[in-house]
Amino acid sequence: MSNQDNPATTNDREESMSQVTGSQASNTKDRNANSRPISSHSLADVANARLSKVGTPNISSTGLEARGIHAWFGSKHVLEDISLDFFTGTVTALIGPSGCGKSTFIRILNRMHEFIPTAALAGQVILDGKDVYDSGVDVTKIRLKVGMVFQKPNPFPSMTIKENVLSGLKLAQLKIENADELLESCLRRAGLWDEVKDRLNEYGGALSGGQQQRLCIARSLAVNPQVLLMDEPCSALDPGSTLRIEETIRELSATMSIVIVTHNMQQAARVSDYTGFFLSDGGPGRLIESGSTNDIFTNPKEKRTEDYVSGRFG
Amino acid sequence: MSQTQFAVKPARPWKLTIRSLIPDILGALFTVFGSLAIVAVTPLKGKLGFALVLITLAIITATTVSWLRKDRKAAMNSRTTVLVYIAAAFVIIPLTSILYEVVRLGTAGFSLRIFTEDMSVTASETDLSEGGLLHAVIGTAYIVFFATVLSTPIGVLTALYIVEVKGRFAGLVRFFVQAMSGVPSIVAGLFIFAFWMIQMGNAYSGIAGAFALTVLMIPTVARTSEEVLKLIPQDLREAGLALGATQWRTVATVVIPAAKSGLVTAIILGIARVVGETAPLLVTIGGADAVNLNPLDGNMSAFPMYVWKNLLIGSPNAISRAWLGLFVLMVLVLIFFAMARYFSSARRRSA
Repeated sequence: MSNQDNPATTNDREESMSQVTGSQASNTKDRNANSRPISSHSLADVANARLSKVGTPNISSTGLEARGIHAWFGSKHVLEDISLDFFTGTVTALIGPSGCGKSTFIRILNRMHEFIPTAALAGQVILDGKDVYDSGVDVTKIRLKVGMVFQKPNPFPSMTIKENVLSGLKLAQLKIENADELLESCLRRAGLWDEVKDRLNEYGGALSGGQQQRLCIARSLAVNPQVLLMDEPCSALDPGSTLRIEETIRELSATMSIVIVTHNMQQAARVSDYTGFFLSDGGPGRLIESGSTNDIFTNPKEKRTEDYVSGRFG
Repeated sequence: MSQTQFAVKPARPWKLTIRSLIPDILGALFTVFGSLAIVAVTPLKGKLGFALVLITLAIITATTVSWLRKDRKAAMNSRTTVLVYIAAAFVIIPLTSILYEVVRLGTAGFSLRIFTEDMSVTASETDLSEGGLLHAVIGTAYIVFFATVLSTPIGVLTALYIVEVKGRFAGLVRFFVQAMSGVPSIVAGLFIFAFWMIQMGNAYSGIAGAFALTVLMIPTVARTSEEVLKLIPQDLREAGLALGATQWRTVATVVIPAAKSGLVTAIILGIARVVGETAPLLVTIGGADAVNLNPLDGNMSAFPMYVWKNLLIGSPNAISRAWLGLFVLMVLVLIFFAMARYFSSARRRSA
């Protein structure tokens, strides 16, 4: 495995493991100390552990802002008045029960929403000071800046691993000087280089599910996006692969803004700096609460957030 | 470990033993001899009578044996099994019979010489050691080649319009493609005859035949391509678009390469569909006995034309020539279908 070659990665993994196991130990301690709701503690501790490890994120600029987003499918109102900022150098997790519009929301951010024939939209998505839905905006340029990783690993079946990573250049018709250098750096950043460096000319479908998903991450990195949207990137993967992808997310977040939709609250607590909680009460989905991940899991302002993160519903 | 490996042998306990098959074998023997006896003593005579009796008796015997040995459910199962086997026999027996006849009669005059000579100096009635079907080979090659070149882009682009562009008229186009695939082939020939030849004043030529076959080939290529393109997961298109590609770029770089072998299959199935067409060629290529190397002008021959012409002449040697033409044509179609199979299974292997 790659970890032997890369001691930093190994340490990272051990730490994240101890976060999970350590949280249970402190959970018991905390329960004896005071009588706060039990199940929220482990997540809070995970979030705390992360905060103490990576520190408060260094917010350099507002990369992407959603302003008063509403969305419809046909006459069904699915999102109501969502405003959320995403900062460069941070990871934002979107949590909430199925069907509350999280995926719809992130697809709005890179204009994938419009592929659904009945879709409609209101509000603004500001990227670098400009609304991506302005008329005259080149939608392909937006998608170059705002990359996306899908729920199911979807490497292009007709392409080799190498071609898959570089496919963004071909698709967007970009010219670059040193393709091999870019190939290696993308695969390294996605944490896949050591596993595939000797089989770059094999087809992407020959990789395991977790490797395929990291290949898809490498593919979206090749066009150098400012923002990476991830729609439940680990929902189809085993715990080991999930951990590798979480490491990748952590390493990537230094240089870009990452938005991750997840149903796994442990994961949200482990990887994110900020968390947004979406909920639909039968009507359109709303952003119930957003804030630093630590606050959402330790000290939520809303009763419904507390109920959700402590597993009382949803 | 080694001891257990010695002791344990792979077995298939679910397999039927000879012993358990004895009642079935007895039943089958009873059915065959019973049918023979009934045909011998009753007025049900001949092969057809035997087949009818055999089918009826097989169903009754199988059902009874199962009912006696097991229960009603097993009896119903046996009855359906026998019906399925009979249905399969109804397909396989005529097919093998046709194949057998074509091979038996078609290989009679077969030699490699027939691929080097035409019928320009040979009458159909002469002995099979003279003359050949080079003119038919060349004619069919020209006609099918031009029909493929014309119908492939139109067919594939039509499928792309229906599946990828999903334009406003996609449903309408789809309907027309389906309707076109039901058009009798003679209508396609008459359409080209009326339009290209009468209206525009062109004479018989290979290209006119190619036009007629194009009309027939487009719906096959379009419909098969449509099915193939529909199998490409939506995920891949979205992944392409999410990397900042235009729609055309996504289709060209992601969708078409992923569907490539399926599209090749679509084209080959289209060729196999038209290569044996006779009716549209009768009214468009005129028929010829000599090799015509110019597909744009002059009467042209083709395999179906050659077979039809020799059958009409009707002398024993001419009919043998017709069978020979059929045999060579069938081998050609077989090769096309084998290629289609090969490419479609290549797709499954790489996926």
